[in-house]
Amino acid sequence: MTSLAERASRTGQFLWSGWSGLAGLSVFAAVWQVAHEAYGSFILPSPLETLTAAQTLLGDVSAWQLLLTTSSRALSGFALAGVIGTVAGCIAGFHPAILRLVQPQITLMLGVPPIAWIVLLMIWFGTGSATVTMTAAVACLPIVFLGAAEGIASRDRLLDDMALSLGMGQVRRFVRIIVPQMLNRLFPILVMALGTAFKAAVMAELLANAGGIGEALAVSRSNLDVANALAWILLSVSALLAVEYGLIQPTRSELEAWRHAARPWGVKR
Amino acid sequence: MNALNLTDIGHAFLGRTVLDRITLDIGEGELVALVGPSGCGKSTLLHIAAGLIDPRQGRINRSYARHAVVFQEPRLLPWATARKNIGMALPEGLSSRNRHSRILAAATAAALEEDDLDKYPVQLSGGMKQRTAIARALASEADFLFFDEPFTALDPALRRHMQDIVIRHAGNGKRSGLFITHDMAEAVRTAHRIVVLDRRGNGILGERYIPLRPVERDDRMIFETVQHFMKADPLFAHVEELDERRSA
Ligand SMILES: Nc1ncnc2c1ncn2[C@@H]1O[C@H](COP(=O)(O)OP(=O)(O)O)[C@@H](O)[C@H]1O
Ligand SMILES: [Mg+2]
Repeated sequence: MTSLAERASRTGQFLWSGWSGLAGLSVFAAVWQVAHEAYGSFILPSPLETLTAAQTLLGDVSAWQLLLTTSSRALSGFALAGVIGTVAGCIAGFHPAILRLVQPQITLMLGVPPIAWIVLLMIWFGTGSATVTMTAAVACLPIVFLGAAEGIASRDRLLDDMALSLGMGQVRRFVRIIVPQMLNRLFPILVMALGTAFKAAVMAELLANAGGIGEALAVSRSNLDVANALAWILLSVSALLAVEYGLIQPTRSELEAWRHAARPWGVKR
Repeated sequence: MNALNLTDIGHAFLGRTVLDRITLDIGEGELVALVGPSGCGKSTLLHIAAGLIDPRQGRINRSYARHAVVFQEPRLLPWATARKNIGMALPEGLSSRNRHSRILAAATAAALEEDDLDKYPVQLSGGMKQRTAIARALASEADFLFFDEPFTALDPALRRHMQDIVIRHAGNGKRSGLFITHDMAEAVRTAHRIVVLDRRGNGILGERYIPLRPVERDDRMIFETVQHFMKADPLFAHVEELDERRSA
């Protein structure tokens, strides 16, 4: 694997890139503050008020519980869709005929509004965790499937021939030559799917009254407590960012060290 | 005893015959250059001989243990370092020390520096990429090497250097090989024997043995042999034709 020094330098760069992220967030907060000053606290509480509200929420154990509930539902939905979508996508990627048969189903799935799914899933699974998880899964399944299928179908066939000419067996060829190319395509899509899973989970919770952040949002809405609602939004986005930067991005940068090498100085992330 | 016998090979793509009744034997330790105008089916024949395509007709008899192919493009894995790309050719269950030494030996044979081994293909020049591909072929310890116009994309000085590597490791009698090229000087420089493929793939037109062993040939002898073949030998009349046969 990569040397320790190289990994340390990459981690340093990753942390350093946090500063540019922070700068972007500051600009966002400034615009927010301007809007707050124009419309007043009732319509749009200031960023500081929102942060205070979020801090108060986090002082309470039950808030952590809610965050954890929503995150685990979103993540299990994401994982379910990730596994099924990737396996099915791989199969379809190898067989163009299957891909052609499945394509209309995918278009259909993408076309059905998430809200319709929630209604159907509530009827099938009741108003509990299962509905929320399934909503998250259904929302990200089609994109993961297409990503995996395209990753396989658009692989470099010349590399296949090269591996065959070295006498590599079928399994080794799949693992060493085809899977890396597929993951290369799939990773940006997984990042997107993760965000979709969180959004779908919160929405399903809100509509199905199934606990978690969604239900807390519904409560804030009925109390007309905008600061609290914004605080919940802030927390759910933070949960998503925590998963993305704690789990997905490190895996990705591990797999894509070679891309990093290709980038000239000054353009590195 | 021959290393490779191709008997009566015929192939068609989508019903269009590309190769017909090709018979070619390559002896043990012999490097054969296969020449012919562009599009006459040289690559197809190589793919068939290397088992990458199944021919429509004919028999292939291989009496060597292992082969490796150096393609026109380096075909390196972009996500792996040169070291790992070369290591791909090694069997799985090797100890890491053994692995390291075999990769290093192959890299040295292909004139790659150890510093370059930890670079990714994007960080390597065209010549270094092709040398990595050659090192990969050598690392597999193949006793038969296929080359499909491997140096066409390189500049003349680099080409000579790469041809020297081929002469040292394939033309030395230990390995046999089939070297496809449409550059007559390259063929005369590296091979023991030149075989000319018909420009429509209808069999082998003929063959010429080149005197001396490849290492013993000098530039003057190579130049004169090429001049003789191109000017006075009807066998080579169509070899350097540029037009693709199907464009007519
Ligand atoms: N996969 C393929 N499908 C259809 N036609 C092909 C394919 N590969 C090669 N051909 C055709 O076969 C002929 C011989 O090709 P090739 O063996 O690559 O020629 P060469 O290597 O001598 O230039 C060409 O006319 C080419 O268009
Ligand atoms: Mg060719």
